[in-house]
Amino acid sequence: MTKKDTHEHLTTPTRLTGAEIMWATLVGEGVTDVFGYPGGAILPVYDALRKFPIHHVLVRHEQGAAHMADGYSRASGKVGVAVATSGPGATNLVTGIATAMLDSIPIVCITGQVSSKLLGTDAFQEVDITGVTLPVTKHNFLCTKAEEIAPAIRAAFQIATSGRPGPVLVDITKDAQQASTLFDFEAAKPAPYLPHPMLRVEESGLAEAAELILNAKRPVILAGHGVMESGAMEQLRTLAERTETPVAVTLLGIGGFPASHPLNLGMMGMHGEAWVNSAIQEADLLIACGMRFDDRVIGTPSTYAVKAKKIHIEVDPAEINKNIKVDVALVGDLSEVLDQLLPRITKRDGSAWLKTIDASKGAIAVRDIKNLPDSGHLYAAHVIHDLWRITGGNAIVATDVGQHQMWEAQYYHHEQPRTLITSGGLGTMGFALPAAIGAKMACRDKEVWVVAGDGGFQMTAAELSTIVQEKIKINIAIVNNGFLGMVRQWQEFFYERNYESTPMVSPDFVKLADAHGIRAVAVTTRAEVAKAVEDARKHDGPFLINFMVEKEDSVYPMIPAGSALHEMIRRPGQSALVESAED
Amino acid sequence: MLHTFVVYVEDRPGVLTRVASLFRRLNINIHSVTVGSSERVGLSRITLVCEASAEAGHRILASLYKLENVVEVDDVAKAPAVTRELALIKVRVTPVTRSRIFELAEVFRARIVDLAPESLMIEITGVESKIEGLIEVLNEEENCVTEICRSGKMTMRRGQHTSSVEHAMRVGLANQPQAS
Repeated sequence: MTKKDTHEHLTTPTRLTGAEIMWATLVGEGVTDVFGYPGGAILPVYDALRKFPIHHVLVRHEQGAAHMADGYSRASGKVGVAVATSGPGATNLVTGIATAMLDSIPIVCITGQVSSKLLGTDAFQEVDITGVTLPVTKHNFLCTKAEEIAPAIRAAFQIATSGRPGPVLVDITKDAQQASTLFDFEAAKPAPYLPHPMLRVEESGLAEAAELILNAKRPVILAGHGVMESGAMEQLRTLAERTETPVAVTLLGIGGFPASHPLNLGMMGMHGEAWVNSAIQEADLLIACGMRFDDRVIGTPSTYAVKAKKIHIEVDPAEINKNIKVDVALVGDLSEVLDQLLPRITKRDGSAWLKTIDASKGAIAVRDIKNLPDSGHLYAAHVIHDLWRITGGNAIVATDVGQHQMWEAQYYHHEQPRTLITSGGLGTMGFALPAAIGAKMACRDKEVWVVAGDGGFQMTAAELSTIVQEKIKINIAIVNNGFLGMVRQWQEFFYERNYESTPMVSPDFVKLADAHGIRAVAVTTRAEVAKAVEDARKHDGPFLINFMVEKEDSVYPMIPAGSALHEMIRRPGQSALVESAED
Repeated sequence: MLHTFVVYVEDRPGVLTRVASLFRRLNINIHSVTVGSSERVGLSRITLVCEASAEAGHRILASLYKLENVVEVDDVAKAPAVTRELALIKVRVTPVTRSRIFELAEVFRARIVDLAPESLMIEITGVESKIEGLIEVLNEEENCVTEICRSGKMTMRRGQHTSSVEHAMRVGLANQPQAS
């Protein structure tokens, strides 16, 4: 069989082994890259790989494979695919699958399983992975026969991408991989997708929403991840511009509305700027678009935007009235709902409210770190600011989880959708590096940066070898403060500075990179930041920068968990990064 | 409030786990669950009773529909419906008490389905309160109950209302490409 045949037998039913069917079905679904790690129970699949036009990225830990598939999907909108063996290979995927589940990312994970006659016997490397992943997948399949493989994988792609997207796992026993059967790609097509029966966009709801929008004095649009998943960037922009309504974005909503747009207020929630959260608290109408009123966004439900009527446009009926009770629910695909809503919306003058919000921003120039004098200290904000400035806000940035993630969200102003790759829902440390590899595999022409802390980076640092083996160009910025910074910040604020288990010794990251054959520099002063970033960009190959930043800097503003949005901890006065109007 | 969900699911391995797991994840205790064949080949009918707030009811309904193997869900709640439960009750008897147990069974319209020298088994069908009434009387009067097996509730709406599964499946079939 030649690689050419793989496309021919998509149209002509052919007798193949289960392993070949797996790859042939992936080819048929348009897959060109997969991320995986071989092992005993998946060996027939790996043996068949050479016959198919699919590029396999060998990871260093299966968690990396799931995160790469995830980053691949986030950056491109395509389905990312991860492959692992049974038992530990499969369980190592779980954190990555849960990460994708919480952020509604369409990925398909394929795992090998012990032979069907050994199922349930505690055979070597046997684990009930469909049982383990049941609560963290949209759906999963166990295939014990070769003829079940193609329908399961095709259904997996449909399920992963339809409605509210999410991860799907297909577990295939070794004997199913080895057995032969007739492969008929067309016949394996799943039944037409039936939308969730509780999707509901009624005339009355649309009319009510339009009236609320036209009569609102202090409206705010809340834009979430659904804007990108639904491809509703244009409609969102039209809604905002036509009604002169400011837009606040969630962490995962960043990029769905250009950062430089005058109506973009910035990120809302726990580490959102004061004016964003104040605008929400003062609003008389919230138009929530593809977001789910997560607890990191609302503070406490009872104090959240109590003066506001709420319109919720959301594809998942289970999210309606879950955290926040809403007045009008338009349950459907965001882009389709906005297409129906926009013809009912006429121009509206929002200048008075915009002026009020503007006034609440205070002296913005003072806040802007580029206008602050160099005090000799290197702050993470400087690093992110220069990174943003030099890359023009157009690079794909994959972040890890913690302080640097919030600073990235605050200081890197994303202009394009799908350029911030970050674990919002699950908050998975170790996400950045593998997710960036996935993003780079999906978008070969894009500039890709990893922004990670010293803690999270060490969780998946083994994937540096993957970068080298794949010969891909990724730049890595480690924001190194010698602490598990966000935990240290919570200890400072809420545990009387009892820095238990947060100071962290790290290897010399420059030497670590060197050991991998990756060019690297350490940066300790603000003056060196720009040059290092420029050098990294110019270098033909991966580049790592170890930014040694202030050890005990904190992310401000901050709403303590469980507090109201307006009860925030502001940036302390007289500090190098002071910025509030009252200072 | 008490919710009674009637759920049509695909009759496949693991489907009950998926349904049960949803309630576990929401930390909701299932009072009773019965599963059996339905009027459609390949579909099982689950009647599941649980205590949850009215808002949670909406979320459970929406979440059940998100399960791939779930075809149809109905939250019967307070709608007019017939609810029945079957119980098998084993009681210890002596020649003296046997006739008294027979009398009680008669009053509750229960049947004796097994008779042994020192025990007998009562089969009773009805609403929850009727079954509990019999058990209470048996316990109070004779303190003779040795074993109870209850089926959990089965519920069907009254009147012409019928499951829309058939309708849903027809729509699904109509959308499928015709074989040439």
